[in-house]
Amino acid sequence: MDIAVCIKRVPLLGSAIVLTADNMAIDTSKVGFGLSPHEECAVEAAVKLVEENGGSVTLINMGHVDGEEQIREQMAIGADRAILIDTNGVEPDPQAAAAALADAISADDTDFDLVLMGSESADYGGSQTGIRVAHKLGLPVVTSVKGLKIDGGIATCERAVGSTREVYTVPLPAVITVKDGLNIPRYASVPGRMKARKKPVDIKQVSFADSRITTKQLVVPVQEAKGATNLGTGAEAADALVEVMKQIGVLS
Amino acid sequence: MILVYAEHDRGELDPVTLQAISAAKALDADVQAVVVGHGAKDVATELAAFGAVSVHVGNHPELLDFTPRAHARAVNALVTANSPRAVIAGGTPRGNEVLGHLAAMRDEPFASECVSIELASGDTAEIVRARWGGNLLDEATVKSSLLIATVQAHAFAAIPADSPLVVSEFDVELADGDVLVRVEDRVGSSAGGVGLAEAKVVVSGGRGMDGPDAFVMLEEIAGSIGGAVGCSRVVTSAGWRPHAEQVGQTGTKVAPDLYLACGISGATQHIAGCKSAKTLIAINTDSQAPIMGYADYMVVDNVHTFLPLFIEKLKAATN
Repeated sequence: MDIAVCIKRVPLLGSAIVLTADNMAIDTSKVGFGLSPHEECAVEAAVKLVEENGGSVTLINMGHVDGEEQIREQMAIGADRAILIDTNGVEPDPQAAAAALADAISADDTDFDLVLMGSESADYGGSQTGIRVAHKLGLPVVTSVKGLKIDGGIATCERAVGSTREVYTVPLPAVITVKDGLNIPRYASVPGRMKARKKPVDIKQVSFADSRITTKQLVVPVQEAKGATNLGTGAEAADALVEVMKQIGVLS
Repeated sequence: MILVYAEHDRGELDPVTLQAISAAKALDADVQAVVVGHGAKDVATELAAFGAVSVHVGNHPELLDFTPRAHARAVNALVTANSPRAVIAGGTPRGNEVLGHLAAMRDEPFASECVSIELASGDTAEIVRARWGGNLLDEATVKSSLLIATVQAHAFAAIPADSPLVVSEFDVELADGDVLVRVEDRVGSSAGGVGLAEAKVVVSGGRGMDGPDAFVMLEEIAGSIGGAVGCSRVVTSAGWRPHAEQVGQTGTKVAPDLYLACGISGATQHIAGCKSAKTLIAINTDSQAPIMGYADYMVVDNVHTFLPLFIEKLKAATN
């Protein structure tokens, strides 16, 4: 089974977002980078499927060339090769991003049985790239998947709705977008990291059609100074907390 | 005219759809709704009560349970027939999925998770959409004579605006593969415990719980007041609690009357999931923790010593 996994390098935010002076991007000078939890689960799922069924895992990372760092990290847990699509600092809208990803997938020598992606990126969160890629490739798509089994060329997918799970089945090849919670991604081993250094990364250039959604500026929402009332500590605070719960109507 | 895709689950309307109708009503009085699948007609009355002047009910014998691409096909047919200025839906997994398919079918842009929408003249719309689960706002221009957008849950209030009930039914014409991906079964049930997303009270624990054992206290608190237990991503990554309980950008987004955050520092990932709570109370040893900036009340104490005291008081109050 040959699997393509689309991943995206994003800044790892702590508890605050700082913007660049022109308000057009997040200031990443003091933060590290990683993948969205959704995509870490997508890579883990792909590696596990190939361990069980044979085949290959190809990472497709579109973005900054420094994304090779994230590629090597995911190679260390078992991905075999990667395509790095260098965007030269351009942030495409989801329409343009999906077109470029679909082009890379169909141009590749491998006929992929499965394309895995995150259900939405951590940063842009457009919730559509996987669907658009599927339409471009003429494949079915199941989104927001939290349970995945593949047997006899059929993928059985579960997705959480409230407290129940919906079940979908789809014949491969297909695009499946997954969510955090699908699995618990493994840690890379030392031999895994050694091997990862030698795995092939093809770097491709891309040019995008003009974006039809263009950012004017980014804004960090002003946190209304709620001025939390301090209820104190210990037994006194416990009494006060019960009173507050009565006031707001969650305790009768 | 603005077309709203009405999302329902076997005849039960999703509340964010009503927020989408109100968002659309602010742009144009002529808001029409489209609803597809088994039970679709049942929700028409509620759609009219919030201002849908016409409700289009799409029928097809194959369309019983949720079938994303076929729903988009039905919306697409109405778009072609009626040329609305915009198609809007709730920013839910299903709303985003159906409009994602619609946008892909028509090769149009799709602005998901909007918190503000203005239709300018011609083919331009000015929108503000949520990035990073709402921790960052993107003020953007969308160039299209058809704006396709979803509204972030809780960004717009649902406002009743009684319209006479006008229902028109139409047959959905499906294309190859439209019913390939559809809900075939449902597993698990809501029996035993309150669902996290719907709970009026969420009692949530973070790194400060120091392990799975202390969550017994959170279960006791939640159990005594009909609430649900939640947690931060650190907790699920460590395997202390199941992922289904994770509140945050990549977990469940909640909007309870009370969110009780125990030993949670308040990373952006977590705040994205809990900031819609009506009242947020944080219990943390650090009064300067980021979560305190979002809290209405704070208890500056250690959860391991404070929660047993609180449980005692709570028992006295509920007996």
